[in-house]
Amino acid sequence: MDVLTLIAKFGIYFIFAFTLSAALLSVTVQNIFHAALGLAFALMGVAGVFFVLHADFLGAIQILLYVGAIMILLIFAVMLTSHIGDASVHTSNRQVYPAMILSLLLVYLLVRQIGKVTWQLKETLTSIDAVEIGKQLMGPYVLPFEIISVVLVVALIGTIVIARSDS
Amino acid sequence: MEKLDQVFVHLKAAIVHLAGSFLPDWLVVIISILIPIVGIAMFGPVTMMYLTLIERKLLARIQNRLGPNRVGKFGLLQPLADGVKMLTKEDVVPTNADKIAHFLAPILIVIPALLVFAVIPFGRNMIAIDLNIGVLFFLAISATTTIFIFTAAWGSRNKFSLLGGMRSVAQMISYEIPFVLSAVPVFLITGTFSTAHIVEAQPGLHWFVWTPWGFVGFLIFFLCGVAECNRTPFDLPEAESEIIAGFHTEYSGMKFALFYMAEFMNVFTVSGLVVTLYLGGWQGPFLPSWIWFLIKTYVLILIMMWFRGTFPRVRIDQLMNFAWKFLLPLSLVNILATGVWYYLRAPLNFLISGLIVVIGFSFLMFVNRHSLPKKRIYRYA
Amino acid sequence: MIPLNHIVVFAVLLFAIGLFGTLTRRHVVGILISIELMINAANINFIAFSRYTKASPEVGQIFAVFIVVLAAIAAAVGLAIVVAIYRNQKTIYTDEIDILKW
Repeated sequence: MDVLTLIAKFGIYFIFAFTLSAALLSVTVQNIFHAALGLAFALMGVAGVFFVLHADFLGAIQILLYVGAIMILLIFAVMLTSHIGDASVHTSNRQVYPAMILSLLLVYLLVRQIGKVTWQLKETLTSIDAVEIGKQLMGPYVLPFEIISVVLVVALIGTIVIARSDS
Repeated sequence: MEKLDQVFVHLKAAIVHLAGSFLPDWLVVIISILIPIVGIAMFGPVTMMYLTLIERKLLARIQNRLGPNRVGKFGLLQPLADGVKMLTKEDVVPTNADKIAHFLAPILIVIPALLVFAVIPFGRNMIAIDLNIGVLFFLAISATTTIFIFTAAWGSRNKFSLLGGMRSVAQMISYEIPFVLSAVPVFLITGTFSTAHIVEAQPGLHWFVWTPWGFVGFLIFFLCGVAECNRTPFDLPEAESEIIAGFHTEYSGMKFALFYMAEFMNVFTVSGLVVTLYLGGWQGPFLPSWIWFLIKTYVLILIMMWFRGTFPRVRIDQLMNFAWKFLLPLSLVNILATGVWYYLRAPLNFLISGLIVVIGFSFLMFVNRHSLPKKRIYRYA
Repeated sequence: MIPLNHIVVFAVLLFAIGLFGTLTRRHVVGILISIELMINAANINFIAFSRYTKASPEVGQIFAVFIVVLAAIAAAVGLAIVVAIYRNQKTIYTDEIDILKW
């Protein structure tokens, strides 16, 4: 096989492994700040998967919004609601073993079903660039676009009202 | 002159040709990918070292004293002495610090600073990767610096670091919005995110800065870039006279050197992006393209150093007011002026978009008149 | 280059890890982190299908953009609620917030 294709495939599977291990780290560590850092790495890994799938506009949006903004929000919330000397508190409840069994059962059932489906694949893989996404957003999909800006304003106002101190 | 213009492109082609004569094909492809990476990795830190020397000497001359001039003639070996000092210093880690966060933060801050060198066009045909989302990639990667600065602040378990970290995060996310919005007019006019195409849309001396929306956009983009790099007058996060050293208080030796290097690399790449979007990139009449790019970028970096020597620091509430109440509405007015300029014809569009920009600017200055600092009257004893 | 099944299995694994985190975390922000992982797993599925199958390519990507925006909104409102709970109950562990029990 072509050496470059082999190196590319190795890189893609490495990105998969990196994302999954960062996600595992973020759900199992005790210190909540380390869990947030694990989520930041997992989200960057997901952006890497988007770049592999030739959805580069979406990969850049993922990094800009998730790692650049939502993670800041999460880390601010972690900081505002933590006591500094709290690292030794147990942060997993008593349902660890049933939850693990349930997750593994879900993975087994879904993977078995995925193997049986015959996908309707395209012959040549296509990708779409940012200009085309913009035209679609201003063309057929303009109504969800406008509605989501209203939803954003409503959420912003609601967040400020909920988190405001009672003075 | 054309040979001098493309000297680096011919050099790379010669190396690839030489490698292709005795190496297999796939290795030649890997080498041709590695050459720009090695070039950037050599160019980046060496330029940063000499930028620190230029900064110290420039600030010294502004403050009526000489800069470093003992180590080598005119102080030219000072960066090497600094490097030796930082490498051999003891690495002090506080006892109660969060070991993982404290260790990872300096490493993770350098990564975005180096990654964005890939989309800056240094000259004609001299860009590392011509991504078709070039500027968006730059904006996204430089937005990830914020979370790593907060990791550095949080991992130090120090109240001054935490204060510096919070101020830095608040400043960086506030200035990110006018930063992105003031790059939008360029996307409107050129219809692409790719930096190479944006530079090619500004031929000869028809740079975007000579248009009304381009002038305002350049000013907003440059000021937000200065704020994103945590430079004076926006350097509250690392204010030396207020909170010791802000988020990098507890770092010594090589880790501090990594923070310092990341800050200067950010200064270079942000100046490079301002030059690419508004000042015409590598376009210019007589000289080779990469010399024009370096001249323009260094002029902007010297202006940033001049700011450092001249302006006092702004207070945190003045900083937030400036971003949210002045720069953000002004960048939205700028987008309107761009649309008007694009659709009207030759002299009329300059007049009308200039009028829109001037009216918007005056209105915002009128609305914000109470936040301006009062005029000081100095009385001498 | 990679068969579609591999990407979908990767998304399933990410979803299962997020599900495990949601069910076992005591810290409220930890639950929100795990919910973000599940949403991102679904997003990967959309993009993979828009590239490989006969559906039109722009639908998957536009849907994914809207999902990212909605996940951001959900995280913001959830974190506002966390801050409000912390201010009243002084704790953010889910098994200590039990004033509505009988």
